[in-house]
Amino acid sequence: MIEFGYSLQANRQIDMDLNNLRMLKYIRNNEPSIDWCMSCGTCASGCTAAANCDLSLRRMILMVRRGEEAEIHDLVFRCRFCGKCLNACPRGVNTRNVIYWMQQAVININAL
Amino acid sequence: MNIEGKKRLWQEYQKEIAGDHYFFVRSCIRQSFFPGAEMMFLKIMREDLGKDVVENPGHTTCTGIGYHSDIVPLETTMTVVARQFALMTEAGYKNYAVSCITSFGLYSEILETWKHHPEIETRIRENLKRATGREFRIPENIAHASDILYKYRSEIAEKAKYKLVDKTTGQPLRIVEHIGCHYAKMFPHKGVGGAEYPHVLVGLAEALGGEIIDYPERRHCCGFGFRHYIVKVNRGYSLSCAKVKFDSMEPYKPDLILTNCPGCPYFMDRWQYAIGEMEGKTYGENGYGIPVFTYEELAALCLGYDPWEIGLQTHQVTPEPVLRKMGVSFEIDKKYLGPNGKEIGRPEKPKVLVVE
Repeated sequence: MIEFGYSLQANRQIDMDLNNLRMLKYIRNNEPSIDWCMSCGTCASGCTAAANCDLSLRRMILMVRRGEEAEIHDLVFRCRFCGKCLNACPRGVNTRNVIYWMQQAVININAL
Repeated sequence: MNIEGKKRLWQEYQKEIAGDHYFFVRSCIRQSFFPGAEMMFLKIMREDLGKDVVENPGHTTCTGIGYHSDIVPLETTMTVVARQFALMTEAGYKNYAVSCITSFGLYSEILETWKHHPEIETRIRENLKRATGREFRIPENIAHASDILYKYRSEIAEKAKYKLVDKTTGQPLRIVEHIGCHYAKMFPHKGVGGAEYPHVLVGLAEALGGEIIDYPERRHCCGFGFRHYIVKVNRGYSLSCAKVKFDSMEPYKPDLILTNCPGCPYFMDRWQYAIGEMEGKTYGENGYGIPVFTYEELAALCLGYDPWEIGLQTHQVTPEPVLRKMGVSFEIDKKYLGPNGKEIGRPEKPKVLVVE
């Protein structure tokens, strides 16, 4: 095959009517401040764990809001709960608690 | 949307298109992509419709590609555009005919900005005067070249030698139209028929006997998008956009794609080759692609111009099956002969996409 130097990308359209938002509802019930997040990424920029892995709370909240459950399954357990993101968040989101309930949602996914 | 709904919508977006005496400005890229297209517009206007169209070789890029790629600052773009207006003013013309969709969008954007911020217009006038000594009048009428052919679609249809009809079955050709994003998506009232269901190409195709086919991703960008292709590694995004469109239109079995933008026909034509090489997928019948035409090429074809004079040999997707369907007479031996009768060279054949 000819080496073009670029390739086709798979279609990544998300159908919000088909995606299950059970994880978002569960986290919101336990930590309502998740709704205050404006995806600024300040949490992710100061994250200690992110220096060594792909952990990004901004991205995880985005994926939870879109119902893309598979995207956060592994990542969410890489958080060490140091709480730097809690101090950084300009919106006062209880970020550490959000991650805790994300982990609980992943563990109890079949019961949601 | 049903046809009654479309007609209601189209009535709300009718623009004034000047009738004669145009100052024509070319596109930067069309002359290398499809060199015959602009020439056909000028021939149709001057020889078939008897209109007065002038151009000035001193005309430059509008900087639209640089502007939309964040390379050229807006104030520089405005001053360059002011110089184009000065060329028109010096030629004694008031009606501006634009070949490029992005230029058309940029002129609309700049004039709208000046309307709301006269102080910017004053500063640009000062810039132009200081840099070139020129002054300009704002055009009384700005029309895209496809607007003008739309205006004269009935006259073109009357003179047409061929119709957009299958010669053997008598059925109209199935056409999907693709409007350049900068035509009316930014300023719906600047386009014939608005932004949702523009009428500009629909009107021309229907006047020439074709049938317009709607499909789900009709409004999707072709993938040209400036930043998408200027950097090589980003071109996968451009290609993926085009594939979304092809996948969406394929079930409707279109005979051809009709466009009015410099980039759209080029990318929708060439990407069919790239998708064929990458995925072994083709979108036309029997391994062929779906031919892509610009409005001038299609109008010229119907008016009886020789397909090789129109420049259809520069298309990647071979147009011959549609030409045969329409009953257009052409000599295949002359496909790769230049205007002087000498061979211009033949392209290498793709591995997957069938070409003639």
